[in-house]
Amino acid sequence: MSDKNDDDLDYETTGHEWDGIKEYNKPLPRWWLWTFYATIVWGIGYTIAYPAWPGIKEATPGLLGFSTRAEVAEDIAAVEAANAGIEAQLASAELSDIATNPELQGYAQNAGAAVFRTWCAQCHGSGAAGVQASGYPNLLDDDWLWGGTIEDIHTTITVGIRQPDVDEDWVRQSEMPAFGADELLSEEEIGQVVNYVMSLSGGTPQDAGQVAAGEVVYLDNCASCHGDDGGGDRFQGAPNLADAIWLYGGDYDAITETVHYSRYGVMPAWRDRLSEAEIRAVATYVHTRGGGEASE
Amino acid sequence: MLNYIKLIVLGLIAIFAMIAASYARDLAYQVHAIIILLVAAGMFMWTLRRTDEPAMPAPQNEYMDGVVRAGVIATAFWGVVGFLAGTFIAFQLAFPYLNFDWAQGYANFGRLRPLHTSAVIFAFGGNALLATSFYVVQRTSAARLWGGNTAWFVFWGYQLFIVLAATGYLLGSTQSKEYAEPEWYIDLWLTVVWLAYLAVFLGTIVRRKEPHIYVANWFFLSFIVTVAMLHVFNNLSIPVSIWGSKSVQVFAGVQDAMTQWWYGHNAVGFFLTAGFLGMMYYFIPKQAERPVFSYKLSIIHFWALIFIYIWAGPHHLHYTALPDWASTLGMVFSIVLWMPSWGGMINGLMTLSGAWDKLRTDPVIRMMVISVGFYGMSTFEGPMMSIRAVNSLSHYTDWTIGHVHSGALGWNGMITFGALYYLVPKLWNRERLYSLSLVSWHFWLATIGIVLYAASMWVTGIMEGLMWREVDANGFLVNSFADTVAAKFPMYVVRGLGGVLFLAGAIIMCYNLWMTVRRSPAVEADAATAHATPAE
Repeated sequence: MSDKNDDDLDYETTGHEWDGIKEYNKPLPRWWLWTFYATIVWGIGYTIAYPAWPGIKEATPGLLGFSTRAEVAEDIAAVEAANAGIEAQLASAELSDIATNPELQGYAQNAGAAVFRTWCAQCHGSGAAGVQASGYPNLLDDDWLWGGTIEDIHTTITVGIRQPDVDEDWVRQSEMPAFGADELLSEEEIGQVVNYVMSLSGGTPQDAGQVAAGEVVYLDNCASCHGDDGGGDRFQGAPNLADAIWLYGGDYDAITETVHYSRYGVMPAWRDRLSEAEIRAVATYVHTRGGGEASE
Repeated sequence: MLNYIKLIVLGLIAIFAMIAASYARDLAYQVHAIIILLVAAGMFMWTLRRTDEPAMPAPQNEYMDGVVRAGVIATAFWGVVGFLAGTFIAFQLAFPYLNFDWAQGYANFGRLRPLHTSAVIFAFGGNALLATSFYVVQRTSAARLWGGNTAWFVFWGYQLFIVLAATGYLLGSTQSKEYAEPEWYIDLWLTVVWLAYLAVFLGTIVRRKEPHIYVANWFFLSFIVTVAMLHVFNNLSIPVSIWGSKSVQVFAGVQDAMTQWWYGHNAVGFFLTAGFLGMMYYFIPKQAERPVFSYKLSIIHFWALIFIYIWAGPHHLHYTALPDWASTLGMVFSIVLWMPSWGGMINGLMTLSGAWDKLRTDPVIRMMVISVGFYGMSTFEGPMMSIRAVNSLSHYTDWTIGHVHSGALGWNGMITFGALYYLVPKLWNRERLYSLSLVSWHFWLATIGIVLYAASMWVTGIMEGLMWREVDANGFLVNSFADTVAAKFPMYVVRGLGGVLFLAGAIIMCYNLWMTVRRSPAVEADAATAHATPAE
C-alpha cells in the first residue's frame, strides 16, 4: 500500500519536466468542483434576487427590492416612531419638571447618555470627568463656569460657548484680556498677581513677598469679573479662583500663561446639530452627574 | 558608446535633481531630490571610471544568480525592518505615550503605519517576489535572464522606490490612498522599473528552452502584468507643481474610492496571492521532491482565480456611497472566488501526498505547509467577511487587521521564509543550512506569534463591532467610541507580543542564513556552477 502511494503508480505525469519538477494530471477533487459549481449557482441566484447587473441607465433592482439605504431608513423610522410620543413630551415639558416625571426622567437619562457618548465624550471624556488642566471642564463636580441649574446647562448646550453667531443678549460670550500680550500689565505686575491668585485658593504662592502687591493689581484689573474675593461670576463665565479647581492648571507657570495670553475656551452650539429633545435629554444627563443645582 | 549615453542621462538627472532640490516646495520633495542627486552623481562617477575599460561579457549559458542573491538579502533585511516597525506601532496603539512628543510629525502612529505596510508588502514581499521570480523563471525555462543588466536595474530601481516611499511617509508626503501612498514622481519611477521587470521576465520566458511554460510562471506573469495595470490606473493624478510632492487625483468621490479598492483588493489578489502562488508552485514540489498534484487543477484554478479576483474589490465599500449593485457584485465574486483560491491550497498540500513523513524531519517543508494552511484559512475568511451581513459587523474593526495578518504573516511570510531557506544554500553553493533546529525555533516562534495576533484581533474585532452597534431598548447607543478603545487594551498587548515572537523568529532566520553562508561546507566545485540546460 505505502509503496503504491509513494509512487502513485495509478497516475501518469503529464510528461513535462521543469528543473526536475513533474506534474501529475490527477482529476479535480469532486468536492472542490461541486462546491465551485454551487457557489456559481448561488451567485447567479443572488444577483437575480438583489440589485446587481449594471445596464446603460440603471442596474437590475433585484426581485427582493433590497436597498441598503431603504433598510437603514426603515430602522431609523421604526425607532423614531416608537419614541415619537415621549420625544414630543420631552421637547415641550418645563425643564424643571423633567426630574419629577419618572417616565420622562428615565427616557431623558438614556437618550442623554447616548447623545453624550456620541457628541460630548470627545472633549469631556466618556465618563464626563473632563480633562483636567487641558481646558475641558469636569462635569461631575459642583464647580460650574456658566451655572449648574438645568436651565443654565440647557442654555449652554443650546448656544454653545463663545460662538460668534450667537448674538442674542451676548449669551455665553465673554473674553478675558491678554494682560501680558496686550501690555495691559507689566511682567512684574503679572508675577505679583499670579502669586496673589495662588494664595486666594489657599495654595502656596511661589513668592509670598509679592502677594500684597498682587492684591492691589488684582483688585484693579481682575476683581470686576472674578470678584473681590475671587469667587468668580457665572454671568460672565468668569471662573472661581478661590477653589482648588483649575481649568488650565494651577501652578505658577500655567497661571502666568493664562494671565499673559488669556484663555478662550469654546464649545459648539449644539442647536445646529441636535434636536430640542436631544438637547434636553443631554442636559438632564449632565445635570444628574453629581453637580446639578436646583432651579431658582 | 552605451556608456556615453549613460553618462549624459545620469548627468542630466543629477543637474535636474539639483535644480529640483533648490526649488523644492516641501521637505519631502527636497530630501528626495537630494537622494536622487546623490544616486545619479554616484552612478555617474562609477560609470565614468569604467568607461573605455574592456567589457567582460557574462557567460550566457549560466544562470544570472547575483541579482537573486541580492534579492534574498534585501528580502531578509526589509523583512526585519517591516516586522520591527509593525511591532512598534502595535505597542504604540496599546501604549500611546510611545508616540513620543519629540517625534511628532515623523514617528507617530500615522506616519509609521504606511511605513510598516509598505515595508512588509512592497519591500519584504516585493523583494521576495523579485528574487524568487528571477530564480524560478531561469530554472524552469532553462534560460539566463533576458536583457543583461536590466535585472540589476530592476533590483536597484526597486530599492530606490522603497527608500523614496519610506522617507516620503516619514516626512508627510502621501496620496492618502492605502497601499498606494507614494506621490506622483515615485509612482512614475515605479512604472519605469515595473515595465523593465516585465520585459526581463517576459524576455526570459520567450527564450526558454523548455517546450511549455511552467505553472509558477503563469502566476508570476499574471502578477507582473496586473500590478502594472492597477498601479497606473490608481495613481492617475496631476501634480500641483513640478517642484513639489503634492498631487491631485483625477478621480473624485465614489469613483476614486472604487478605483482605490479595485487597486487595493487586487494588490492582495495579484501581489500577495498570485505572485506568492508562483513561489509556492516551485518551492513546494522542489522541497518535497514530489510531482505537483494536478496539472488540470492548476489550469482551472489559475484562470478562475485571475478572472474572478479582479471583480471582488467593491466588498471593501459595503454600506458606503457605492451603489448597491456594485456592492452585490463585489460580494458575489468574492464568494465564487473561494474555490479557485482553494485550488492552490489543494495543489500545494496534495503535492505532499506520499511525502507527509517529511513534516516530521524537515522544518522547511513544515513552514511551507503551514503557510498553505494559513492561505486556505484566510481565503475562506475573506469571502466570509465579504458577505454584507458579516461585513456590517466586521468592517472598520480589528477583525480586518487580523484577517490581513493571518494572510500576510501566515501565508506570505511563511512561504517566503521557506523559499529563503531553500534558496540560500543553493545560491551560495552550500551543502545544507547551518542549523535545522534554528529553523524549528523560527517555525514555532512565528506560528505562535501569528496565533496570538490573529486570535487577539478576532476577539477585539468582534467585540468592538458588537459594542459599536449595541443599542438599548429605546434605540440609543450604549457605548462611546472611547469605551471600545479602552476595552481593547489587553488584546492590543497580546497582539504586540505576537509581533515580538514573529520578529524574533525572523531575526533567528537571518542569523541562520548568515551562518549558512559563512560556515556551512561548500558544494563540490563542478556541481556548483548552475548551467542553463533543459531538464529533459
